[in-house]
Amino acid sequence: MKGAMTALFLREWRIARRIGGGASTGAVFFLILVAIMPFAIGPDLNLLGRIGPAILWIAALLSTLLGLDRLFQGEDEDGSLDLLVNARLPLEIVVLVKCAAHWTTSALPLVVVSPLFGLMLALDARALGLVAASLLVGTPALTMIGAIGAALTVSLRRGGLLMAVLVLPLTIPVLIFGVAAASAASGGAAPFLMPFLVLCALSLATIAGAPFAAAAALRLARD
Amino acid sequence: MWSLANPTVFLALAQRALPGLAAATAALFAVGLWLSFTAPPDYQQGETVRIMYLHVPAAWLSSFIYGVMTLAALGTLVWRHPLADAAQKAAAPLGAGFTFICLATGSLWGKPMWGTYWVWDARLTSVLVLFIIYLGLIALWRTIEDARRAARAAAILTLVGAVDLPIIKFSVDWWNTLHQPASVFRLGGPTIAPELLWPLLIMSLAFTLLFVTLHVMAIRNEILRRRVARLTMIAAAQGDSLAPQLAAGAAKG
Repeated sequence: MKGAMTALFLREWRIARRIGGGASTGAVFFLILVAIMPFAIGPDLNLLGRIGPAILWIAALLSTLLGLDRLFQGEDEDGSLDLLVNARLPLEIVVLVKCAAHWTTSALPLVVVSPLFGLMLALDARALGLVAASLLVGTPALTMIGAIGAALTVSLRRGGLLMAVLVLPLTIPVLIFGVAAASAASGGAAPFLMPFLVLCALSLATIAGAPFAAAAALRLARD
Repeated sequence: MWSLANPTVFLALAQRALPGLAAATAALFAVGLWLSFTAPPDYQQGETVRIMYLHVPAAWLSSFIYGVMTLAALGTLVWRHPLADAAQKAAAPLGAGFTFICLATGSLWGKPMWGTYWVWDARLTSVLVLFIIYLGLIALWRTIEDARRAARAAAILTLVGAVDLPIIKFSVDWWNTLHQPASVFRLGGPTIAPELLWPLLIMSLAFTLLFVTLHVMAIRNEILRRRVARLTMIAAAQGDSLAPQLAAGAAKG
């Protein structure tokens, strides 16, 4: 079982690398989202510094969603999803491994570059660290919740928009606690530790629960 | 519950129950509306307090209907009840409608009381999210063509949303809230004056009965719609010159 999991994980990595621009497109999208905010809000550095953590979190939320609609669609199109569903490896584990691979190829780069973009939004050093830390523990929850949406819309040709409509309301708690933790440095209302721990709890809970929902959705798309 | 699994039994029962339900709803609404307009105005809010008699029942139904849909989703996924998906599909637009009434009346009530139509307050925001979840469910129903698969996808999403709704509710409680806390169902009895409470309870009952009536009618319509679809398919197959060969091929294979 461990061998199968490793093989699946490596396969996902290889596909993400060869398909071109998986991680880098996500990061560029992240950059563009951050870059258009000052155009809309105005280049006032004080204001940007205050709402910077929120901008980074919304940008991360949207760029995480961007790649997720393809999470199972490629497999559904070329038929390998049938093999995965019928494999000896439980489908829940398959979902978990695919999400882990997707997270490391698309969300982790965002976490890595977020301090750089935070710098452009005039965040101070402590805020940069807090934003990166909150994104690091919060994005797994976004990926797992998104996987449910991706599994529900797997067989739809134009499922991307519908998936966003289905998934975004469910990500609100993650967003609230993520921004609360990230903005603790720049004079946020709450202290850092409590929202941060709730964020960890949300990630752990979705990692434990979401694979079952996503696997159930994938199975029903088969029959 | 299981005797209702037969659509014909359900239709017969609905046929018998609906006139009574509709009459009871109308009677309760007559009494409730009369009481709402004759109840004394609030000592602080004046006449605007009458919006409460629409707002609070709609708010109660907006979460009650989600509870009904969660039960129906369990019925689809766990107990495989044949009518559960029809019940769930029928409830989603009703839930969206009552949630919209709740948001609209609350907004109209907020203008004279708070001085603004909308604030990003905890309660308002979580009801808005509930409204969006209803709309997402309706969109999912409409997008997946195969009714059986749409039913199960919507059921999974309903259950996920049911897990998430309390989290949304409590997470937005972190924000400083303008909306008043619960005043009817609370420990130590209601804090609301009895002459205002009675019309409210009757209106809540009237709204609930209205939902039950509309829900039964919608389930009936859904069953009939499925029958029409199936009969149309059969008729089309009979008119189709290839259909007998296909049927023979299917029988052979």
